Amino acid sequence: MMSNKLKVSPPVVTDGSAAQLRGGRRGLRLPWYGFSFSMPILIWQLVFFVFPLAFLVAISFWVVRNFRMVPAFEWLNWNYMLSRGFFWDAYAHTLAMAAGAAVLISVVALPCAYTIAFKFRESVKQLIVLLLITPFFTSYLVRTYSWQVFLSDNGILNAALGQFGLEPLAMLNTAFATYVGYFTLCLPLVVLLQLFSLMYIDRSLIEAAHNLGCGRMRTVFLVVVPSARIGIVVAALFCFILTFGDFVSPLYLGGGQPPTLSTLITDTTKSGQQWPRAAVIATMMIVTLLITAFAAVRFAYRRRA
Amino acid sequence: MNEHRLINLVLRSYVVLVFVFIFTPIAGSVVFSFNIDRFPSLPLGGFSLHWYETIAADPAVWQAFKNSLMVGVVVSLVSTVLGFTAAYTDFRYQFFGKSIYMALALLPPTIPVVIMGLAMLAFLSRVGLSGEIYAVMISHVVMCAPFAMAVIRMRLAQMDPNIEAAAWNLGANQWKAMRFVILPFTAPSIFAALFVTMAVSFDEFAVAWFVSGLNETVPVRILNTLQGQVSPTINAIGTIVFITTMTLVILAQLLLMRRHKPATA
Repeated sequence: MMSNKLKVSPPVVTDGSAAQLRGGRRGLRLPWYGFSFSMPILIWQLVFFVFPLAFLVAISFWVVRNFRMVPAFEWLNWNYMLSRGFFWDAYAHTLAMAAGAAVLISVVALPCAYTIAFKFRESVKQLIVLLLITPFFTSYLVRTYSWQVFLSDNGILNAALGQFGLEPLAMLNTAFATYVGYFTLCLPLVVLLQLFSLMYIDRSLIEAAHNLGCGRMRTVFLVVVPSARIGIVVAALFCFILTFGDFVSPLYLGGGQPPTLSTLITDTTKSGQQWPRAAVIATMMIVTLLITAFAAVRFAYRRRA
Repeated sequence: MNEHRLINLVLRSYVVLVFVFIFTPIAGSVVFSFNIDRFPSLPLGGFSLHWYETIAADPAVWQAFKNSLMVGVVVSLVSTVLGFTAAYTDFRYQFFGKSIYMALALLPPTIPVVIMGLAMLAFLSRVGLSGEIYAVMISHVVMCAPFAMAVIRMRLAQMDPNIEAAAWNLGANQWKAMRFVILPFTAPSIFAALFVTMAVSFDEFAVAWFVSGLNETVPVRILNTLQGQVSPTINAIGTIVFITTMTLVILAQLLLMRRHKPATA
Protein backbone atom coordinates (compact mmCIF):
# COMPACT_ATOMS: atom_id res chain seq x y z
CA MET A 1 0.00 0.00 0.00
CA MET A 2 1.25 3.42 -0.85
CA SER A 3 1.57 5.71 2.07
CA ASN A 4 -1.20 8.20 1.85
CA LYS A 5 -0.46 9.79 5.16
CA LEU A 6 0.91 12.94 3.62
CA LYS A 7 2.31 15.41 6.05
CA VAL A 8 1.74 18.14 3.54
CA SER A 9 -1.83 19.03 2.79
CA PRO A 10 -3.02 20.36 -0.54
CA PRO A 11 -3.15 24.13 -0.90
CA VAL A 12 -6.29 25.76 0.33
CA VAL A 13 -5.74 29.06 -1.43
CA THR A 14 -5.41 29.07 -5.16
CA ASP A 15 -3.03 31.51 -6.70
CA GLY A 16 -4.34 35.01 -7.22
CA SER A 17 -7.83 35.02 -5.84
CA ALA A 18 -7.30 35.58 -2.18
CA ALA A 19 -11.03 35.80 -1.73
CA GLN A 20 -11.10 32.09 -1.68
CA LEU A 21 -12.08 30.53 1.54
CA ARG A 22 -9.30 30.27 3.98
CA GLY A 23 -10.99 29.44 7.20
CA GLY A 24 -14.37 30.96 6.57
CA ARG A 25 -17.45 29.47 4.90
CA ARG A 26 -16.31 26.03 5.76
CA GLY A 27 -19.85 24.70 5.65
CA LEU A 28 -20.12 25.38 1.93
CA ARG A 29 -16.79 23.96 0.95
CA LEU A 30 -16.93 20.72 -0.88
CA PRO A 31 -13.86 18.80 -2.04
CA TRP A 32 -14.71 19.19 -5.69
CA TYR A 33 -11.29 18.11 -6.75
CA GLY A 34 -11.50 14.87 -4.84
CA PHE A 35 -15.04 14.25 -6.00
CA SER A 36 -14.22 14.75 -9.64
CA PHE A 37 -11.71 11.91 -9.40
CA SER A 38 -13.45 9.52 -7.05
CA MET A 39 -17.00 9.80 -8.31
CA PRO A 40 -16.94 8.91 -12.05
CA ILE A 41 -16.05 5.24 -11.70
CA LEU A 42 -18.30 4.88 -8.66
CA ILE A 43 -21.31 6.25 -10.51
CA TRP A 44 -20.54 4.31 -13.68
CA GLN A 45 -20.11 0.98 -11.90
CA LEU A 46 -23.17 1.52 -9.72
CA VAL A 47 -25.38 2.32 -12.70
CA PHE A 48 -23.98 -0.09 -15.25
CA PHE A 49 -22.58 -2.91 -13.14
CA VAL A 50 -24.21 -3.20 -9.72
CA PHE A 51 -27.64 -2.19 -10.88
CA PRO A 52 -27.82 -4.61 -13.84
CA LEU A 53 -26.72 -7.47 -11.59
CA ALA A 54 -29.32 -6.54 -8.99
CA PHE A 55 -31.89 -6.18 -11.75
CA LEU A 56 -30.95 -9.66 -12.96
CA VAL A 57 -31.74 -11.10 -9.55
CA ALA A 58 -34.97 -9.08 -9.50
CA ILE A 59 -36.27 -10.37 -12.83
CA SER A 60 -35.89 -13.93 -11.61
CA PHE A 61 -39.08 -13.11 -9.67
CA TRP A 62 -40.88 -11.61 -12.65
CA VAL A 63 -43.39 -13.53 -14.71
CA VAL A 64 -43.78 -13.93 -18.44
CA ARG A 65 -47.26 -13.25 -19.76
CA ASN A 66 -48.07 -13.24 -23.46
CA PHE A 67 -44.36 -13.40 -24.28
CA ARG A 68 -43.68 -10.28 -22.24
CA MET A 69 -41.94 -9.95 -18.92
CA VAL A 70 -44.17 -8.46 -16.26
CA PRO A 71 -42.80 -7.11 -12.98
CA ALA A 72 -43.94 -9.30 -10.11
CA PHE A 73 -42.71 -11.01 -7.03
CA GLU A 74 -43.43 -14.65 -7.61
CA TRP A 75 -41.38 -17.76 -6.88
CA LEU A 76 -42.76 -19.24 -10.11
CA ASN A 77 -39.47 -19.39 -12.02
CA TRP A 78 -37.59 -20.56 -8.97
CA ASN A 79 -40.07 -23.36 -8.38
CA TYR A 80 -39.96 -24.27 -12.04
CA MET A 81 -36.18 -24.39 -12.38
CA LEU A 82 -35.33 -25.90 -9.01
CA SER A 83 -37.81 -28.72 -9.42
CA ARG A 84 -36.40 -29.74 -12.78
CA GLY A 85 -34.07 -32.70 -12.98
CA PHE A 86 -32.27 -31.25 -16.00
CA PHE A 87 -31.33 -28.16 -14.02
CA TRP A 88 -29.72 -30.15 -11.20
CA ASP A 89 -28.04 -32.48 -13.69
CA ALA A 90 -26.53 -29.47 -15.42
CA TYR A 91 -25.61 -27.96 -12.06
CA ALA A 92 -23.80 -31.09 -10.88
CA HIS A 93 -22.12 -31.52 -14.25
CA THR A 94 -20.91 -27.90 -14.38
CA LEU A 95 -19.68 -28.01 -10.81
CA ALA A 96 -17.80 -31.26 -11.41
CA MET A 97 -16.26 -30.02 -14.66
CA ALA A 98 -15.16 -26.71 -13.15
CA ALA A 99 -13.81 -28.27 -9.96
CA GLY A 100 -11.99 -30.88 -12.03
CA ALA A 101 -10.55 -28.16 -14.24
CA ALA A 102 -9.39 -26.11 -11.25
CA VAL A 103 -7.55 -29.07 -9.75
CA LEU A 104 -6.20 -30.52 -13.00
CA ILE A 105 -5.03 -27.22 -14.46
CA SER A 106 -3.40 -26.21 -11.17
CA VAL A 107 -1.55 -29.51 -11.00
CA VAL A 108 -0.37 -29.22 -14.60
CA ALA A 109 0.60 -25.57 -14.19
CA LEU A 110 2.53 -25.84 -10.93
CA PRO A 111 5.65 -27.66 -12.18
CA CYS A 112 5.72 -25.23 -15.10
CA ALA A 113 5.44 -22.15 -12.88
CA TYR A 114 7.99 -23.63 -10.48
CA THR A 115 10.49 -24.22 -13.26
CA ILE A 116 10.02 -20.74 -14.68
CA ALA A 117 10.41 -19.18 -11.24
CA PHE A 118 13.52 -21.07 -10.16
CA LYS A 119 15.28 -22.49 -13.20
CA PHE A 120 15.50 -19.63 -15.68
CA ARG A 121 17.58 -16.48 -15.91
CA GLU A 122 15.86 -13.15 -15.29
CA SER A 123 15.89 -12.14 -18.98
CA VAL A 124 14.41 -15.47 -20.08
CA LYS A 125 11.82 -15.16 -17.35
CA GLN A 126 10.68 -11.80 -18.68
CA LEU A 127 10.35 -13.20 -22.18
CA ILE A 128 8.33 -16.13 -20.81
CA VAL A 129 5.99 -13.79 -18.97
CA LEU A 130 5.45 -11.86 -22.21
CA LEU A 131 4.70 -15.11 -24.02
CA LEU A 132 2.24 -16.08 -21.30
CA ILE A 133 0.39 -12.78 -21.73
CA THR A 134 0.10 -13.16 -25.49
CA PRO A 135 -2.81 -15.65 -25.46
CA PHE A 136 -5.00 -13.12 -23.63
CA PHE A 137 -4.92 -11.01 -26.73
CA THR A 138 -5.81 -13.74 -29.14
CA SER A 139 -9.42 -14.57 -29.61
CA TYR A 140 -10.54 -17.45 -27.44
CA LEU A 141 -13.13 -18.26 -30.11
CA VAL A 142 -10.53 -18.53 -32.83
CA ARG A 143 -8.39 -20.77 -30.65
CA THR A 144 -11.42 -22.94 -29.97
CA TYR A 145 -12.14 -23.21 -33.67
CA SER A 146 -8.50 -24.08 -34.25
CA TRP A 147 -8.79 -26.93 -31.75
CA GLN A 148 -11.83 -28.20 -33.64
CA VAL A 149 -9.60 -28.64 -36.68
CA PHE A 150 -6.99 -30.46 -34.60
CA LEU A 151 -9.40 -32.71 -32.73
CA SER A 152 -12.06 -33.59 -35.28
CA ASP A 153 -12.41 -37.15 -36.56
CA ASN A 154 -10.56 -36.37 -39.77
CA GLY A 155 -8.47 -33.68 -38.14
CA ILE A 156 -4.79 -33.02 -37.75
CA LEU A 157 -4.24 -35.15 -34.66
CA ASN A 158 -6.02 -38.18 -36.05
CA ALA A 159 -4.13 -37.85 -39.32
CA ALA A 160 -0.92 -37.74 -37.31
CA LEU A 161 -1.97 -40.84 -35.38
CA GLY A 162 -2.75 -42.52 -38.70
CA GLN A 163 0.87 -41.95 -39.77
CA PHE A 164 1.86 -44.23 -36.94
CA GLY A 165 -0.73 -46.76 -37.96
CA LEU A 166 -3.01 -45.97 -35.04
CA GLU A 167 -6.78 -46.02 -35.09
CA PRO A 168 -8.45 -42.60 -35.16
CA LEU A 169 -9.83 -41.50 -31.80
CA ALA A 170 -13.15 -39.74 -31.29
CA MET A 171 -11.95 -36.61 -29.51
CA LEU A 172 -14.24 -33.80 -30.60
CA ASN A 173 -17.57 -33.61 -28.76
CA THR A 174 -16.21 -35.38 -25.73
CA ALA A 175 -15.38 -34.22 -22.22
CA PHE A 176 -11.75 -34.49 -23.26
CA ALA A 177 -12.25 -31.78 -25.89
CA THR A 178 -14.06 -29.62 -23.35
CA TYR A 179 -11.03 -29.92 -21.11
CA VAL A 180 -8.71 -29.01 -23.97
CA GLY A 181 -10.79 -25.83 -24.27
CA TYR A 182 -10.65 -25.20 -20.52
CA PHE A 183 -6.88 -25.60 -20.57
CA THR A 184 -6.69 -23.16 -23.48
CA LEU A 185 -8.77 -20.68 -21.54
CA CYS A 186 -7.06 -20.99 -18.14
CA LEU A 187 -3.59 -22.45 -18.35
CA PRO A 188 -1.70 -19.23 -19.17
CA LEU A 189 -3.49 -17.32 -16.42
CA VAL A 190 -2.95 -20.03 -13.81
CA VAL A 191 0.75 -20.35 -14.68
CA LEU A 192 1.11 -16.55 -14.46
CA LEU A 193 -0.62 -16.25 -11.09
CA GLN A 194 1.34 -19.15 -9.62
CA LEU A 195 4.53 -17.72 -11.05
CA PHE A 196 3.95 -14.34 -9.44
CA SER A 197 3.50 -15.90 -6.02
CA LEU A 198 6.48 -18.23 -6.44
CA MET A 199 8.78 -15.42 -7.55
CA TYR A 200 8.32 -13.60 -4.28
CA ILE A 201 9.13 -16.51 -2.01
CA ASP A 202 12.04 -15.69 0.25
CA ARG A 203 14.90 -17.72 -1.25
CA SER A 204 16.59 -18.03 2.11
CA LEU A 205 13.68 -20.21 3.25
CA ILE A 206 14.55 -22.72 0.55
CA GLU A 207 18.27 -22.54 1.32
CA ALA A 208 17.53 -23.02 4.98
CA ALA A 209 15.49 -26.11 4.18
CA HIS A 210 18.34 -27.51 2.10
CA ASN A 211 20.88 -26.71 4.81
CA LEU A 212 18.75 -28.54 7.32
CA GLY A 213 18.90 -31.61 5.14
CA CYS A 214 15.47 -31.38 3.56
CA GLY A 215 15.34 -33.23 0.24
CA ARG A 216 14.32 -31.64 -3.02
CA MET A 217 10.77 -32.93 -3.19
CA ARG A 218 10.23 -32.40 0.52
CA THR A 219 11.37 -28.80 0.13
CA VAL A 220 8.92 -28.28 -2.71
CA PHE A 221 5.99 -29.65 -0.78
CA LEU A 222 6.86 -28.44 2.70
CA VAL A 223 8.38 -25.03 1.92
CA VAL A 224 7.70 -23.79 -1.59
CA VAL A 225 4.06 -24.78 -2.04
CA PRO A 226 2.92 -23.60 1.41
CA SER A 227 4.74 -20.28 0.94
CA ALA A 228 2.99 -19.73 -2.37
CA ARG A 229 -0.34 -21.01 -1.13
CA ILE A 230 -2.25 -17.78 -1.56
CA GLY A 231 -1.23 -17.46 -5.19
CA ILE A 232 -1.93 -21.12 -5.91
CA VAL A 233 -5.39 -21.00 -4.36
CA VAL A 234 -6.27 -17.72 -6.07
CA ALA A 235 -5.13 -19.17 -9.40
CA ALA A 236 -7.29 -22.25 -8.88
CA LEU A 237 -10.19 -20.00 -7.91
CA PHE A 238 -9.87 -17.96 -11.11
CA CYS A 239 -9.74 -21.19 -13.04
CA PHE A 240 -12.93 -22.37 -11.35
CA ILE A 241 -14.70 -19.06 -12.02
CA LEU A 242 -13.68 -19.01 -15.68
CA THR A 243 -14.58 -22.61 -16.45
CA PHE A 244 -17.79 -22.49 -14.41
CA GLY A 245 -19.05 -19.64 -16.58
CA ASP A 246 -17.59 -20.64 -19.93
CA PHE A 247 -20.06 -21.64 -22.60
CA VAL A 248 -17.69 -21.85 -25.56
CA SER A 249 -15.68 -24.98 -24.77
CA PRO A 250 -18.62 -27.12 -23.58
CA LEU A 251 -20.60 -26.11 -26.66
CA TYR A 252 -18.11 -25.99 -29.51
CA LEU A 253 -15.61 -28.58 -28.32
CA GLY A 254 -17.68 -30.70 -25.94
CA GLY A 255 -20.64 -30.82 -28.29
CA GLY A 256 -23.11 -29.27 -25.85
CA GLN A 257 -24.14 -32.56 -24.25
CA PRO A 258 -24.72 -32.77 -21.38
CA PRO A 259 -25.50 -29.06 -21.06
CA THR A 260 -23.70 -26.86 -18.56
CA LEU A 261 -25.34 -23.99 -16.68
CA SER A 262 -23.88 -21.44 -19.08
CA THR A 263 -25.15 -23.26 -22.15
CA LEU A 264 -28.54 -23.49 -20.44
CA ILE A 265 -28.47 -19.72 -19.98
CA THR A 266 -27.55 -18.99 -23.58
CA ASP A 267 -30.21 -21.43 -24.82
CA THR A 268 -32.90 -20.07 -22.54
CA THR A 269 -32.05 -16.45 -23.34
CA LYS A 270 -31.55 -16.72 -27.06
CA SER A 271 -34.60 -18.88 -27.68
CA GLY A 272 -37.20 -16.40 -26.59
CA GLN A 273 -38.45 -14.40 -23.68
CA GLN A 274 -37.72 -16.84 -20.86
CA TRP A 275 -35.23 -14.44 -19.34
CA PRO A 276 -36.61 -14.85 -15.81
CA ARG A 277 -35.73 -18.54 -15.90
CA ALA A 278 -32.28 -17.74 -17.21
CA ALA A 279 -32.02 -15.21 -14.38
CA VAL A 280 -32.71 -18.00 -11.88
CA ILE A 281 -29.83 -20.03 -13.33
CA ALA A 282 -27.58 -16.97 -13.29
CA THR A 283 -28.46 -16.20 -9.68
CA MET A 284 -27.70 -19.78 -8.68
CA MET A 285 -24.35 -19.44 -10.44
CA ILE A 286 -23.56 -16.18 -8.66
CA VAL A 287 -24.39 -17.72 -5.28
CA THR A 288 -22.24 -20.76 -6.04
CA LEU A 289 -19.34 -18.59 -7.14
CA LEU A 290 -19.61 -16.37 -4.06
CA ILE A 291 -19.57 -19.36 -1.74
CA THR A 292 -16.63 -20.89 -3.59
CA ALA A 293 -14.69 -17.62 -3.63
CA PHE A 294 -15.35 -17.06 0.05
CA ALA A 295 -14.27 -20.59 0.96
CA ALA A 296 -11.17 -20.36 -1.23
CA VAL A 297 -10.08 -17.04 0.24
CA ARG A 298 -10.68 -18.32 3.77
CA PHE A 299 -8.58 -21.35 2.96
CA ALA A 300 -5.83 -19.29 1.35
CA TYR A 301 -5.44 -16.95 4.31
CA ARG A 302 -5.95 -19.54 7.04
CA ARG A 303 -3.28 -19.49 9.75
CA ARG A 304 -1.33 -16.83 7.90
CA ALA A 305 -0.85 -13.18 8.56
CA MET B 1 25.22 -33.13 -9.86
CA ASN B 2 24.24 -35.24 -12.81
CA GLU B 3 20.90 -36.03 -11.28
CA HIS B 4 20.41 -32.32 -10.75
CA ARG B 5 21.06 -31.66 -14.45
CA LEU B 6 18.63 -34.37 -15.47
CA ILE B 7 15.87 -32.96 -13.31
CA ASN B 8 16.43 -29.48 -14.74
CA LEU B 9 16.30 -30.88 -18.25
CA VAL B 10 13.03 -32.70 -17.55
CA LEU B 11 11.50 -29.59 -15.96
CA ARG B 12 12.55 -27.36 -18.83
CA SER B 13 11.19 -29.77 -21.41
CA TYR B 14 7.95 -29.74 -19.45
CA VAL B 15 7.79 -25.94 -19.75
CA VAL B 16 8.38 -26.23 -23.48
CA LEU B 17 5.54 -28.76 -23.71
CA VAL B 18 3.16 -26.42 -21.90
CA PHE B 19 4.09 -23.64 -24.30
CA VAL B 20 3.58 -25.93 -27.27
CA PHE B 21 0.08 -26.60 -25.99
CA ILE B 22 -0.63 -22.90 -25.45
CA PHE B 23 0.61 -21.83 -28.87
CA THR B 24 -0.67 -24.75 -30.93
CA PRO B 25 -4.15 -23.30 -31.54
CA ILE B 26 -2.74 -19.83 -32.21
CA ALA B 27 -0.18 -21.05 -34.72
CA GLY B 28 -2.79 -23.44 -36.12
CA SER B 29 -5.27 -20.74 -36.93
CA VAL B 30 -2.63 -18.65 -38.71
CA VAL B 31 -1.48 -21.64 -40.77
CA PHE B 32 -5.04 -22.77 -41.57
CA SER B 33 -5.96 -19.28 -42.69
CA PHE B 34 -3.51 -19.62 -45.58
CA ASN B 35 -4.54 -23.17 -46.35
CA ILE B 36 -6.72 -23.99 -49.33
CA ASP B 37 -8.57 -26.84 -47.59
CA ARG B 38 -11.93 -26.31 -45.97
CA PHE B 39 -11.14 -29.14 -43.55
CA PRO B 40 -7.38 -28.94 -43.06
CA SER B 41 -5.68 -32.24 -42.34
CA LEU B 42 -2.30 -33.85 -42.83
CA PRO B 43 -0.66 -33.43 -45.22
CA LEU B 44 -1.63 -29.76 -45.41
CA GLY B 45 -3.07 -28.48 -48.66
CA GLY B 46 -1.55 -25.71 -50.71
CA PHE B 47 -1.06 -22.04 -49.88
CA SER B 48 -4.00 -19.82 -50.68
CA LEU B 49 -5.38 -16.38 -49.94
CA HIS B 50 -8.87 -17.67 -50.69
CA TRP B 51 -10.24 -17.16 -47.17
CA TYR B 52 -8.89 -13.63 -47.01
CA GLU B 53 -10.49 -12.87 -50.37
CA THR B 54 -13.74 -14.35 -49.10
CA ILE B 55 -13.88 -12.10 -46.07
CA ALA B 56 -12.73 -9.08 -48.07
CA ALA B 57 -15.75 -9.63 -50.30
CA ASP B 58 -18.16 -10.02 -47.39
CA PRO B 59 -19.86 -6.75 -46.44
CA ALA B 60 -20.93 -8.23 -43.08
CA VAL B 61 -17.27 -8.64 -42.14
CA TRP B 62 -16.45 -5.07 -43.14
CA GLN B 63 -19.38 -3.81 -41.12
CA ALA B 64 -18.25 -5.91 -38.17
CA PHE B 65 -14.76 -4.40 -38.34
CA LYS B 66 -16.27 -0.93 -38.54
CA ASN B 67 -18.43 -1.65 -35.49
CA SER B 68 -15.53 -3.14 -33.56
CA LEU B 69 -13.34 -0.17 -34.34
CA MET B 70 -16.01 2.31 -33.30
CA VAL B 71 -16.70 0.42 -30.08
CA GLY B 72 -12.99 -0.03 -29.41
CA VAL B 73 -12.16 3.66 -29.76
CA VAL B 74 -15.03 4.87 -27.57
CA VAL B 75 -14.51 2.14 -24.99
CA SER B 76 -10.78 2.75 -24.70
CA LEU B 77 -11.26 6.49 -24.24
CA VAL B 78 -14.04 6.25 -21.66
CA SER B 79 -12.63 3.35 -19.69
CA THR B 80 -9.16 4.91 -19.58
CA VAL B 81 -10.61 8.14 -18.17
CA LEU B 82 -12.58 6.16 -15.59
CA GLY B 83 -9.61 3.93 -14.85
CA PHE B 84 -7.35 6.94 -14.39
CA THR B 85 -9.69 8.66 -11.95
CA ALA B 86 -10.07 5.44 -9.96
CA ALA B 87 -6.33 4.76 -9.90
CA TYR B 88 -5.61 8.33 -8.77
CA THR B 89 -8.28 8.09 -6.08
CA ASP B 90 -6.71 4.90 -4.78
CA PHE B 91 -3.25 6.49 -4.90
CA ARG B 92 -4.16 9.71 -3.16
CA TYR B 93 -7.06 9.15 -0.77
CA GLN B 94 -7.98 7.06 2.23
CA PHE B 95 -11.64 7.04 3.09
CA PHE B 96 -14.32 5.00 4.75
CA GLY B 97 -15.50 2.13 2.56
CA LYS B 98 -12.51 2.29 0.27
CA SER B 99 -12.25 -1.49 0.01
CA ILE B 100 -15.83 -1.63 -1.28
CA TYR B 101 -15.04 1.19 -3.67
CA MET B 102 -12.02 -0.69 -4.98
CA ALA B 103 -13.99 -3.91 -5.25
CA LEU B 104 -16.57 -2.12 -7.40
CA ALA B 105 -13.81 -0.78 -9.58
CA LEU B 106 -12.03 -4.10 -9.99
CA LEU B 107 -14.66 -6.86 -9.82
CA PRO B 108 -16.32 -6.85 -13.26
CA PRO B 109 -13.74 -9.09 -14.99
CA THR B 110 -14.38 -11.82 -12.41
CA ILE B 111 -18.09 -12.07 -13.18
CA PRO B 112 -18.74 -14.86 -15.71
CA VAL B 113 -19.42 -13.35 -19.10
CA VAL B 114 -22.72 -15.17 -19.57
CA ILE B 115 -24.02 -13.62 -16.38
CA MET B 116 -22.71 -10.18 -17.33
CA GLY B 117 -24.24 -10.62 -20.76
CA LEU B 118 -27.64 -11.61 -19.45
CA ALA B 119 -27.63 -8.86 -16.82
CA MET B 120 -26.65 -6.21 -19.36
CA LEU B 121 -29.20 -7.50 -21.85
CA ALA B 122 -32.01 -7.44 -19.29
CA PHE B 123 -31.06 -3.99 -18.02
CA LEU B 124 -30.26 -2.34 -21.33
CA SER B 125 -33.36 -3.64 -23.05
CA ARG B 126 -35.39 -2.23 -20.16
CA VAL B 127 -33.96 1.23 -20.81
CA GLY B 128 -34.33 0.76 -24.56
CA LEU B 129 -30.64 0.51 -25.45
CA SER B 130 -30.36 -3.19 -26.20
CA GLY B 131 -29.47 -3.92 -29.79
CA GLU B 132 -27.83 -0.52 -30.14
CA ILE B 133 -24.12 -0.15 -30.62
CA TYR B 134 -24.12 1.94 -27.41
CA ALA B 135 -25.12 -1.19 -25.52
CA VAL B 136 -21.87 -2.87 -26.48
CA MET B 137 -19.91 0.28 -25.60
CA ILE B 138 -21.47 0.61 -22.15
CA SER B 139 -20.93 -3.06 -21.30
CA HIS B 140 -17.36 -3.01 -22.52
CA VAL B 141 -16.50 0.08 -20.50
CA VAL B 142 -17.70 -1.75 -17.38
CA MET B 143 -15.41 -4.66 -18.23
CA CYS B 144 -12.41 -2.66 -19.47
CA ALA B 145 -12.14 0.14 -16.88
CA PRO B 146 -10.59 -2.25 -14.30
CA PHE B 147 -7.78 -3.07 -16.74
CA ALA B 148 -7.10 0.62 -17.35
CA MET B 149 -7.15 1.26 -13.64
CA ALA B 150 -4.68 -1.58 -12.97
CA VAL B 151 -2.24 -0.38 -15.63
CA ILE B 152 -2.30 3.24 -14.43
CA ARG B 153 -2.23 2.30 -10.75
CA MET B 154 0.95 0.31 -11.30
CA ARG B 155 2.58 3.39 -12.80
CA LEU B 156 1.41 5.59 -9.92
CA ALA B 157 2.91 3.10 -7.49
CA GLN B 158 6.31 4.11 -8.86
CA MET B 159 5.69 7.73 -7.99
CA ASP B 160 6.71 9.26 -4.71
CA PRO B 161 3.58 10.91 -3.26
CA ASN B 162 5.82 13.69 -1.99
CA ILE B 163 6.33 14.92 -5.53
CA GLU B 164 2.72 16.02 -5.73
CA ALA B 165 3.01 17.57 -2.28
CA ALA B 166 6.15 19.39 -3.39
CA ALA B 167 4.21 20.91 -6.28
CA TRP B 168 1.61 22.19 -3.83
CA ASN B 169 4.32 23.64 -1.64
CA LEU B 170 5.75 25.44 -4.62
CA GLY B 171 2.40 27.12 -5.14
CA ALA B 172 0.59 24.90 -7.59
CA ASN B 173 -3.06 24.33 -6.87
CA GLN B 174 -4.38 20.78 -7.03
CA TRP B 175 -5.47 21.03 -10.66
CA LYS B 176 -2.12 22.43 -11.70
CA ALA B 177 -0.30 19.70 -9.82
CA MET B 178 -2.49 17.22 -11.67
CA ARG B 179 -1.79 18.87 -14.99
CA PHE B 180 1.96 19.35 -14.61
CA VAL B 181 2.99 16.53 -12.27
CA ILE B 182 0.61 13.60 -12.23
CA LEU B 183 -0.46 13.58 -15.87
CA PRO B 184 3.04 13.79 -17.36
CA PHE B 185 4.24 11.09 -14.98
CA THR B 186 1.40 8.72 -15.83
CA ALA B 187 1.27 9.58 -19.55
CA PRO B 188 2.92 6.34 -20.75
CA SER B 189 0.55 4.23 -18.70
CA ILE B 190 -2.41 6.25 -19.95
CA PHE B 191 -1.49 5.41 -23.53
CA ALA B 192 -0.82 1.82 -22.52
CA ALA B 193 -4.26 1.68 -20.92
CA LEU B 194 -5.83 3.05 -24.10
CA PHE B 195 -4.30 0.25 -26.14
CA VAL B 196 -4.93 -2.52 -23.62
CA THR B 197 -8.59 -1.62 -23.17
CA MET B 198 -9.05 -1.38 -26.90
CA ALA B 199 -7.52 -4.81 -27.28
CA VAL B 200 -9.78 -6.26 -24.58
CA SER B 201 -12.85 -4.73 -26.18
CA PHE B 202 -11.76 -5.91 -29.61
CA ASP B 203 -11.70 -9.51 -28.36
CA GLU B 204 -14.80 -9.58 -26.20
CA PHE B 205 -17.46 -11.77 -27.71
CA ALA B 206 -19.88 -12.99 -25.06
CA VAL B 207 -21.41 -9.85 -23.61
CA ALA B 208 -21.32 -8.22 -27.04
CA TRP B 209 -23.15 -11.25 -28.42
CA PHE B 210 -25.92 -10.83 -25.85
CA VAL B 211 -26.48 -7.12 -26.28
CA SER B 212 -25.38 -6.22 -29.80
CA GLY B 213 -28.49 -7.31 -31.68
CA LEU B 214 -27.79 -6.75 -35.35
CA ASN B 215 -24.71 -4.61 -34.72
CA GLU B 216 -22.23 -7.44 -34.88
CA THR B 217 -18.70 -6.75 -33.78
CA VAL B 218 -15.89 -8.91 -35.16
CA PRO B 219 -15.88 -11.50 -32.36
CA VAL B 220 -19.68 -11.74 -32.51
CA ARG B 221 -19.36 -12.27 -36.25
CA ILE B 222 -16.91 -15.11 -35.48
CA LEU B 223 -19.28 -16.61 -32.92
CA ASN B 224 -22.18 -16.49 -35.35
CA THR B 225 -20.01 -18.07 -38.04
CA LEU B 226 -18.97 -20.77 -35.58
CA GLN B 227 -22.62 -21.63 -35.04
CA GLY B 228 -23.27 -22.00 -38.73
CA GLN B 229 -21.41 -24.26 -41.12
CA VAL B 230 -17.68 -24.72 -40.71
CA SER B 231 -15.77 -21.98 -42.40
CA PRO B 232 -12.03 -21.32 -42.35
CA THR B 233 -12.82 -17.63 -42.82
CA ILE B 234 -12.79 -17.65 -39.01
CA ASN B 235 -9.04 -18.27 -39.18
CA ALA B 236 -8.51 -15.41 -41.58
CA ILE B 237 -10.53 -13.02 -39.41
CA GLY B 238 -8.79 -14.37 -36.33
CA THR B 239 -5.36 -13.81 -37.83
CA ILE B 240 -6.20 -10.21 -38.72
CA VAL B 241 -7.60 -9.61 -35.23
CA PHE B 242 -4.54 -11.25 -33.69
CA ILE B 243 -2.19 -8.99 -35.62
CA THR B 244 -4.28 -5.94 -34.71
CA THR B 245 -4.42 -6.68 -30.99
CA MET B 246 -0.77 -7.72 -30.82
CA THR B 247 0.18 -4.43 -32.47
CA LEU B 248 -1.82 -2.58 -29.83
CA VAL B 249 -0.32 -4.59 -27.00
CA ILE B 250 3.25 -4.23 -28.26
CA LEU B 251 2.72 -0.48 -28.60
CA ALA B 252 1.43 -0.44 -25.02
CA GLN B 253 4.41 -2.47 -23.86
CA LEU B 254 6.87 -0.16 -25.60
CA LEU B 255 5.24 2.84 -23.98
CA LEU B 256 5.46 1.24 -20.56
CA MET B 257 9.08 0.25 -21.03
CA ARG B 258 10.03 3.84 -21.83
CA ARG B 259 9.47 4.57 -18.15
CA HIS B 260 13.04 3.51 -17.44
CA LYS B 261 14.50 6.26 -19.59
CA PRO B 262 13.16 9.62 -18.40
CA ALA B 263 14.49 10.74 -15.06
CA THR B 264 11.74 10.11 -12.54
CA ALA B 265 12.15 13.60 -11.20
